[in-house]
Amino acid sequence: MQKAAELLKKQFASEVVEVMDYRGDTTVVVKPGRIRDICTALRDDPEVSFKYLSMIAALDYAPQSPRFALAYNLYSHKNHDRLTLKTYLESDTSPAIDSVVPVWSTADWHEREAYDLMGIKFKGHPNLQRILLPLDWKGHPLRKEVPQRGDQAALEWVDRKIRPERIK
Amino acid sequence: MGIEEQLGYNILTTSLEKLVDWGRKNSLWPATFGLACCAIEMIVTAANRFDIARFGMEAFRASPRQADLMIVAGTVTKKMMPAIQRIYDQMTEPKWVIAMGACACSGGIFDSYAVVQGIDLYLPVDVYIPGCPPRPEGLLYGILKLHEKILKDPFLTQQYRDKLAARREAA
Repeated sequence: MQKAAELLKKQFASEVVEVMDYRGDTTVVVKPGRIRDICTALRDDPEVSFKYLSMIAALDYAPQSPRFALAYNLYSHKNHDRLTLKTYLESDTSPAIDSVVPVWSTADWHEREAYDLMGIKFKGHPNLQRILLPLDWKGHPLRKEVPQRGDQAALEWVDRKIRPERIK
Repeated sequence: MGIEEQLGYNILTTSLEKLVDWGRKNSLWPATFGLACCAIEMIVTAANRFDIARFGMEAFRASPRQADLMIVAGTVTKKMMPAIQRIYDQMTEPKWVIAMGACACSGGIFDSYAVVQGIDLYLPVDVYIPGCPPRPEGLLYGILKLHEKILKDPFLTQQYRDKLAARREAA
């Protein structure tokens, strides 16, 4: 979707970091600061018309820095076109970015999932709480530093609920 | 031989234990607890082709208070485990548990932070049915094994009462 890349380069020249093309799929890497403006522009432009957010993926590139990234997969019903919007978050310890719920309401649950499993904070989200894991879960298990079977809190979670006498 | 001679061949005598075990065996009512793909196989087992009704078990109950067998069919996530424990506690004695499929037996392929690595960590499992998922024949074979176990259940002995008391204490 070269049109969208052109649009972003024109309107957000200082925000676009890189445009990648791979087998007909376009990925635009942008800075995280004005993500909501960028998304609004992509949605409202009558020509590219990305009215649908397919998903938001959170990525952990540890031990690289910047460590966390987000990928927004957009879809345009009008042009039957896809676009991946990727952004690397500034902080490696408490990653945060503006929420895009005001742009696409479907982002609500996607952002809650990214928060739940990867611990990325979405500023301005109306209800940023866990969506998959139990509300009293500790930590964010899809981060690279968490072992596959989970940390001690994860191992003890069921025992804490139904067999408290087992915990030493 | 004693009383049987006087009764002729019209009446059978047996011990109370055998009679009760026979009754329990032939009217096991399972609680529906389908959690994943194994549930589909469990549903098929109840349908006409495999027909669990042949063993007096067609009454799948949605309420644990009316069931005496819990077939845990599928992946048990940690979030689900307190609910399973609660439903198990709501079932009346005597009660049995079948762990159906690799996930319920051992966690299966889900060696992860979110999945219980075998429900026998929390529930007293009577029969394990391996497979991913096990075919209906597998489930029926497991159920027949459970029937054998129930027939041997010496519920009137002191040993049994002690075991039951210990299990209640642990729960």
